[in-house]
Amino acid sequence: MSAKEQPVIKTIKLFINGEFPRTESGRSFAVPIHGSEHIYANLCQASRKDLRAAVEAAKEGLKSWSGKTAFNRAQILYRMAEMLEGKKQEAGQILEDVQGLSKKDAEVEVTTAIQVLLYYAGFADKFSQVMASVNPVSGPFHNFTTPEPVGVVGFLADTGFSFWQWMDRLAAILCSGNSVVAVIGAPGAALISLIGEVMATSDVPKGVVNILSGDINELFTPMASHMEVQSICYWGEDQTKISQLHEQATENMKRVVYKYKPQSLESITAFTEFKTIWHPVGV
Amino acid sequence: MLDKEKDKKKKKHSKSANKTVKVKTHKAPFEFEYSDAPESRDIVKIKERNLLYINGQWQEPSEGSFFPTLNPADGEVLAEVAEASAADVDKAVQAARKAYEGTWSKIPAHERGKYIFRIARILQERAREFAVLETLDNGKPIKESRDVDIPLVASHFFYNAGWADKLDYAFPGHKVTPIGVAAQVIPWNFPLLMAAWKIAPALATGNCVVLKPAETTPLTALLLAEVIEQAGLPPGVVNIVTGAGKTGAALVNHPDVNKVAFTGSTEVGRIIAKAVAKTNKKLTLELGGKSAHIVYEDAAIDQAVEGVVNGIFFNQGHVCCAGSRLLVEESIAKDFVEKLKERMSQIRVGDPLDKNTDVGAINSHRELEKIRGFINEAKEEGWEYFSASATELPGKGFFQKPCFFNDVGSAASIFRQEVFGPVLAISTFRTPQEAISKANDTPYGLAAGVWSEKASKIQKTALGLKAGVIWANTYNKFDPSSPFGGYYESGWGREGGRHGLFPYVEVQ
Repeated sequence: MSAKEQPVIKTIKLFINGEFPRTESGRSFAVPIHGSEHIYANLCQASRKDLRAAVEAAKEGLKSWSGKTAFNRAQILYRMAEMLEGKKQEAGQILEDVQGLSKKDAEVEVTTAIQVLLYYAGFADKFSQVMASVNPVSGPFHNFTTPEPVGVVGFLADTGFSFWQWMDRLAAILCSGNSVVAVIGAPGAALISLIGEVMATSDVPKGVVNILSGDINELFTPMASHMEVQSICYWGEDQTKISQLHEQATENMKRVVYKYKPQSLESITAFTEFKTIWHPVGV
Repeated sequence: MLDKEKDKKKKKHSKSANKTVKVKTHKAPFEFEYSDAPESRDIVKIKERNLLYINGQWQEPSEGSFFPTLNPADGEVLAEVAEASAADVDKAVQAARKAYEGTWSKIPAHERGKYIFRIARILQERAREFAVLETLDNGKPIKESRDVDIPLVASHFFYNAGWADKLDYAFPGHKVTPIGVAAQVIPWNFPLLMAAWKIAPALATGNCVVLKPAETTPLTALLLAEVIEQAGLPPGVVNIVTGAGKTGAALVNHPDVNKVAFTGSTEVGRIIAKAVAKTNKKLTLELGGKSAHIVYEDAAIDQAVEGVVNGIFFNQGHVCCAGSRLLVEESIAKDFVEKLKERMSQIRVGDPLDKNTDVGAINSHRELEKIRGFINEAKEEGWEYFSASATELPGKGFFQKPCFFNDVGSAASIFRQEVFGPVLAISTFRTPQEAISKANDTPYGLAAGVWSEKASKIQKTALGLKAGVIWANTYNKFDPSSPFGGYYESGWGREGGRHGLFPYVEVQ
């Protein structure tokens, strides 16, 4: 019998504009196998320039994604759940390897991540019915208020990683039609190719989801002060960073979201604006 | 259409006495001679010396300093107003805290509502007094303070009062709690209306407030304090401290404040946002704008002209959502601008207390200088300039003729920066897509207007415009039930309607 065949190991790269490029900077950082000195993978350490490219992509992605019908967005979010279901095992294995989760805990993380995708898929064509209003103004006008996506959302995961909690925020941001540039540090960053593959096969237009692996501290200010980013979702407890973020966000008056409630209506509306339209009633 | 309107006007005015009416035929500007129709200021008794309203009492400012507030229509001093120091602000915040913990958060919600209803009723009873005082202190025409500002003020209190015991329905499935003490800083363009937008939802949701009106227009807020007294609100629930930027900064930065609400310029909004960044205070901001008014060739042209005029010259253009950029479809641009000129030359600029006045006084000398600075800069850049009014400007006070710059380039500062005065910048477009992208080409996103008789075009345009309020075939309409607020650099949050309650509660 021949010797045991060597596996082909996947190179984990960034996910920008529907493609899987390496960082333009050529830098990488090692993610260890949990509790060992062995390297799980060398991940791209995204640069400011990668971030700018991702924001450019997200700007374009926003146009197509926010222009889709809510029903269509719902189906694509559902499709993401389907695609992740097919990668359940791989995702679980990554979590076991890099986070040291037990097989059972890793499975719970992944099945919950699938569940939250379903949750927001089911909300995409309903939240506006809950949040919109027809306003009884004193005068012959039809007046109504509807939620709209806030725009390009920067999503900084600056905490111990939980796959499903990350997915909850991503899905909430996408639900109303926003596009996103996400930055994940180690160890969660080991998942980014897998997430990118889920996105790339889900029919979500390119540029809507962009994911960078890298150092949050390095990309924090470029994201917080980027003039084409309309909102920041900060996932972390670092009060100093939250203050800094608020301060830097004033550059273009970004909306900063740092309080978060998983699987909720509020998590969707945190990334929306309300538009009110008046029109006369009469001849 | 225009002729019809002329007839209407003619009829309206010929009813009044002492009038000679000359109406020239077709297109030529028609002329009326108007007699003076001043609203009496006797209804208002202005106190010479105005104190701070803290803890239900009128208190002397701790540092003993006072500043004057002028009537912008003649530049004369109307009254002296106390300047609240940091110590006074601290007293006010403490009073609000005490009232919040001691009474306001404890009384039943429907009782809270009753107090607010009562405020609305008293405001309606004293409406004329408020209107005259607002016009005196702000310079806006009496017909606006009387027919727009004050009725809206009363209705804001009335609308929000009803929410007090129905918050469970505003946030289905959630329990909500008030935030605590709200620090509210408001501008001078709609002095009492902004006070109402701030105070009414805060009280309805169970918060206590410290409000700082603008230094050039403090009088109606102080008169509102009298109404609040009259309505019997527990002391400290509403406190009103007067002063300028320093007082505002002390209030916003006070450590015992839980929520900050500000309406004003994006510049100051940014400073406040930075100051609040290091705290846990909740913040809502209603900031500047450079709102676009899109007129398609298939619009009802005469109505659109009226809309554009109302959009930019209402309240002397001192409106954050003023339609200060006109985007008119190229095919009709020439005719449209001619009609606009004609209409503008009928605008009556003058004594704000005169019931015939369309455009009143610019609120302060400083603002007038600022507006003139913008105009001069645009003139130097060589954009086609037009200004007109049906009247000569008064010899005293602060006045500016309505004006526009035509065919302005997209990069011109008059096309990009907020002037906050009666100055319109005009440009053209060829396709709806171009109109939308030109309209959206601004860091602001407060409001926009669109004129077309094609419903689907209106809907599509409204969808594409990135702004918090879209007026289709109308402009500058406000209502307590209608959420107001902007995208992007025009601010955070909404005021009015159910959505206007969100910034004043913690959702559990």
